[in-house]
Amino acid sequence: MAKIKLKPKARKGVISIKALIKHPMETGLRKKKGKLVPANHIDHMVILHNGNKVVDADIGSSMSKDPYFKFKVAGVKGDTIELKYKDNKGKTGSKTAKSK
Amino acid sequence: MERRLFLKSAIAGSAVATAVGAGLLTPSTVFAASAKFKGLSNTAVSNVASAGKGSFKFKAPEIAENGAKVPMEVNASKISDVTNISFLVKENSTPLVASFNLFGAVGFISTRVKMGKTSAVDALVTAGGSTTKVTKEVKVTIGGCGG
Repeated sequence: MAKIKLKPKARKGVISIKALIKHPMETGLRKKKGKLVPANHIDHMVILHNGNKVVDADIGSSMSKDPYFKFKVAGVKGDTIELKYKDNKGKTGSKTAKSK
Repeated sequence: MERRLFLKSAIAGSAVATAVGAGLLTPSTVFAASAKFKGLSNTAVSNVASAGKGSFKFKAPEIAENGAKVPMEVNASKISDVTNISFLVKENSTPLVASFNLFGAVGFISTRVKMGKTSAVDALVTAGGSTTKVTKEVKVTIGGCGG
């Protein structure tokens, strides 16, 4: 579950960060065989650029399954980008990548 | 005495383990949205009503074939001091999809969103304390009732 793809790419002083988190993102409203599937979705995500917080997101259950995000941050090649997330069950995940 | 205690605790321990294993103690169904997020959603909805028209770009498909993954993009990179970007799908049970607080990042977010049915989608951008919005109608063909 904790599979994260993180691809920061620097170009002209701006780093484009592409992130894809493998996560079921269950809303808690969907039924399977007549029973509600318990909610299981990411509710908080943070992106750090060289240790400084640049994005702090509150995410609801209506984000798609395996959520994909793209952000842009001013920076240069070689900067460290870190992604951290927490889901409603308290599970966390993180990934660090150097910008290309 | 000690031995008895040990036996007791061992039995109690295994009983709990089997109960979990048998699925008797599964965590109770969590509600769709936490109270905190509901609150955020409500404030966002009230913000939408008062927000003026924004001058940023909001890209969303006019017709989404699959409501489970609708790509959306907000490009407010020409606006400085963007502090928050939010997406709202009016017809979803919790209208707020996500709220991104930005700290010095460029005002640009691209993501994918779930939509239950055809709905108006609002993108909210807060910059320098004032909130603006751009609304788009997205038709969903699968996942609703034919739009």
